Amino acid sequence: MRRIVNLHPARGGALTLGALPFVLLVFAYLIASSIRLEANPDDKLLPSPATIGETLRSYALEEDPRRGEILFWSDTAASLTRLGIALGISALLGLVFGIATGVVPYVRSLLAPFIAAVSMIPPLAILPILFIVLGLGEVAKITLIVIGVAPVVIRDIALRAAELPAEQLIKAQTLGASSWQLVLRVVLPQMWPRLIDALRLTLGSAWLFLIAAEAIASTEGLGYRIFLVRRYMAMDVILPYVAWITLLAFVSDWALKKLRARAFPWTQLTV
Amino acid sequence: MASLTVRRVWKEYGNHVVLENLNFHVEDHEFVTIVGASGCGKTTFLRMLLGIERPTRGEILIDGKPLEAEPGPDRGIVFQRYSVFPHLTVLGNVLLAFELERARFTGKLFGRARRDAIERAEKLLAAVGLEHARDRYPAQLSGGMQQRLSIAQSLAREPRILLLDEPFGALDPGLRADMHQLIRDLWAANRMTVFMITHDIREGFQLGTRLLVFDKLRHDPQAPEAYGATVTYDMKLRRNSESREPQRDPDARAVNA
Repeated sequence: MRRIVNLHPARGGALTLGALPFVLLVFAYLIASSIRLEANPDDKLLPSPATIGETLRSYALEEDPRRGEILFWSDTAASLTRLGIALGISALLGLVFGIATGVVPYVRSLLAPFIAAVSMIPPLAILPILFIVLGLGEVAKITLIVIGVAPVVIRDIALRAAELPAEQLIKAQTLGASSWQLVLRVVLPQMWPRLIDALRLTLGSAWLFLIAAEAIASTEGLGYRIFLVRRYMAMDVILPYVAWITLLAFVSDWALKKLRARAFPWTQLTV
Repeated sequence: MASLTVRRVWKEYGNHVVLENLNFHVEDHEFVTIVGASGCGKTTFLRMLLGIERPTRGEILIDGKPLEAEPGPDRGIVFQRYSVFPHLTVLGNVLLAFELERARFTGKLFGRARRDAIERAEKLLAAVGLEHARDRYPAQLSGGMQQRLSIAQSLAREPRILLLDEPFGALDPGLRADMHQLIRDLWAANRMTVFMITHDIREGFQLGTRLLVFDKLRHDPQAPEAYGATVTYDMKLRRNSESREPQRDPDARAVNA
């Protein structure tokens, strides 16, 4: 008998195995849902697939009479816009401050302790401050995500930039590089793929902050909707929304991974 | 053209004396090989020539002027590893040297200037036998090819001094012989003074016109760090550049001609 660590599933087998937990989860839900509905047809906790489908159809295809918008898509657009702007700002801050901290010793002495301290502030604890100072609009919500995400990205890029072999930086200087050229031609191009990695890793917490901000003060957005319908125990809305958020997060992670492989082929070459 | 004068140079880290009383003069276009046991300060000396370390006492002069205190285009370097840029192709790695020289702000060349630079870069790649690999990335090259690339890169700015820090230490013995011929020919064809560190004493004798041995003259077993290494042998190897004409590497051509 071979050791289990040496046994590898075939390609088809790996796909089946990967799908198995998902199938089991759906199956378990269906059984639990039908048991509860049999006992009480008005049960709201585990709605049947038919109920979920009907609710989702009305949310995703029909205009809401009061707002004149299709809620599912206007919520999605609002959330993705906030997330996109916040991640864009975080990426920019991450590159600028991360590279400056990683490469310039004076900037490192100046900023590294400050960034380390700021990154320890629990962003949700200062959410009230943001709402008081910045109002209840978009700026406060985007700022919350940036405060949660940017320090992580900055510190990651700073570490990666400082990890570049000293030989490379010295070599570039013997080719005549100024500090600016060193950053532009040697450091920055090697930080792009690291930036994508950092964004992928922070995607989860970005969604967390987004939904927290939307839950507290918003008039549209995926997080807002979930917390709004919670009052009516509308699991038939909450469940598809959660699945949709998960799918969006999964797809953006996957897209970033593909982008990295496509745009920076040199990161995964071997002889 | 570069002569180098080392005048009473000491290097200490606290109480730890690494190098003591280095005193010598190197004429223009010499090929100096430096050998010595590991930890004897060879690399520290090279780092001082690069300008990333400073002598504790004494001074180093290039053509009579004090050495610049940071790396610059007058002193090229080839390290044992990590000195090519993984995100640039072979051509891009050499091209970078010209782009850094001529595009101070954007670091990139366009149009005619770029075409000229590519032409010059291709000549350098041909000189080290890498013209067929111009579009590959360093990760796709063997160790020997990476070192060839690093050498081509270093020659682009026509340094007066070329520093080699155990450049062939990680290569197979068979490959080394080729590289020796290449570096000898490039040295003969270009007007530069070469300093090469090696831990292989045969390599030191074969390649250089002058051999420096770094070693400790005095040793105190109670305080092993009290005395540093210095030049214990300074040999002029009577060979000159012409005497090794026979097995010239056809790949190596004059680069700056």
